[in-house]
Amino acid sequence: MLKVNDINVYYGSIHAIKGVSFEVHQGEVVTLIGANGAGKSTTLQTISGLLRSKTGSIEFLGENLGGVAPHKIVAKGLAHVPEGRRVFLQMTVEENLEMGAFTRPNSEIDSGIENVYERFPRLKERRKQIAGTLSGGEQQMLAMGRALMSSPKLLMLDEPSMGLAPLLVEQIFDIIRELHKAGTTILLVEQNAQMALSVADRGYVLETGKIVATGTGADLLNDDAVKKAYLGG
Amino acid sequence: MEFLSYLISGISLGSVYAIIALGYTMVYGIAKMLNFAHGDVIMVGGYISFCAISYLNLPGWLSLLLAVLVCTVLGVVIEGLAYKPLRQATSLAVLITAIGVSYFLQNSALLIWGAAPKVYPPLISGTLKLFDGQLSISYVSLLTMAACIVIMVVLTTFTSKSKMGKAMRACSEDKGAAQLMGINVNRTISLTFAIGSGLAAIAGVLLCSSYPTLMPTTGSMPGIKAFTAAVFGGIGSIPGAFLGGILLGIIEALAKAYLSTQLSNSIVFAVLIVVLLVRPAGLLGKYVPEKV
Repeated sequence: MLKVNDINVYYGSIHAIKGVSFEVHQGEVVTLIGANGAGKSTTLQTISGLLRSKTGSIEFLGENLGGVAPHKIVAKGLAHVPEGRRVFLQMTVEENLEMGAFTRPNSEIDSGIENVYERFPRLKERRKQIAGTLSGGEQQMLAMGRALMSSPKLLMLDEPSMGLAPLLVEQIFDIIRELHKAGTTILLVEQNAQMALSVADRGYVLETGKIVATGTGADLLNDDAVKKAYLGG
Repeated sequence: MEFLSYLISGISLGSVYAIIALGYTMVYGIAKMLNFAHGDVIMVGGYISFCAISYLNLPGWLSLLLAVLVCTVLGVVIEGLAYKPLRQATSLAVLITAIGVSYFLQNSALLIWGAAPKVYPPLISGTLKLFDGQLSISYVSLLTMAACIVIMVVLTTFTSKSKMGKAMRACSEDKGAAQLMGINVNRTISLTFAIGSGLAAIAGVLLCSSYPTLMPTTGSMPGIKAFTAAVFGGIGSIPGAFLGGILLGIIEALAKAYLSTQLSNSIVFAVLIVVLLVRPAGLLGKYVPEKV
């Protein structure tokens, strides 16, 4: 479904992504794990068009995304929940969800919002509230719900557990499992390698801009090198 | 009764400031830049309307329409040619470019229409007399105040209810996230410039109807005052621009009437400084607590 082939991304003179290639197949949950600064978020931003790769290609559903503007990539069915949620803090919960459906016809917005409320009942309680007044966990739910509003074929989640209490992290990962069960394809970027690998079909380990290991979620969880570096022994 | 008539002339002047300030504040809110050429778009609007009336013998309302049309296109062209290539540049580079565009427009006007002031034929003439003629309000003043209120209501409804208006607010808050929603940020910025410049044209025609001397520098002072009004009310806020404009107009008119004509501008800016000392974000400027 998504095929990233030998991308190289630079921030000015800093070579952030060095020849990264990986694939995500229909219906899979694939995770990119790695330490701070490994290039996980940069990879996602390159896929959604916010950053550009100097080489290689990114193919989504058989179509090359090179040079396609970010707002057009969303319309192709690729939704990105950015790091730090980045919900529109001055807009209401419902307005945030409406923005998520920007590429959808108006007639589908109401049913989309109902679907999101069903999955995240908490958002329904807070529908008229300004997003800036929500708690961190609620904002993460809103960011995910907002992305689901575009009815994505592939959902990219960047650090959904960041800054959340363990109980909330558990809850967010339950939602990821549910979405997976419902058939959503997910590309998950996480620092919380333990949690990420436990929900993922496959995983890639990213280290200073390069992929250093790959395998099924279970394989990587038992891999000695991965254990040592990311799972605390 | 005297006070009332000063007050009304202040509100009328303030309405013009408010209409200009709305353009400033919307562009600032979305493009995060101070478009110092905004005042000169007012002047262009005034000249277009003047030419349409004087040379083409068009009726006033048609000249207004033409001015709005030309300025809307002008705004989009300025944005596309001068500001868009600088989207990734420092804000200082954009600011200097805006000042450059301002001089470019003034000097173009000088070249086309000459330095000699033109006398603008008022859009409508006559006055409304109330209380046995003790209080007279010109129809231009009434029209200006009505236009300001209509524009304010339409813009507020647009940004709070329509899909495009909400997309504008989304862009104003976080362009990256807005792009991830599928919003075309460049088109949204162009639209903002189009709306702001169209409003500037309306302000230009209304301004010239009240103060009929038209020169290439006509837009400068109202532009700066409107910018002040936008900051006064809280830059980026639409109701703030409205409130800031009206208050500024009233302060200026009352200062002229009761204190000193020469010092009226100083008084206006002194009030701005005091307000900013007490409320740095402006009267209605938003301070949003951010949760991380």
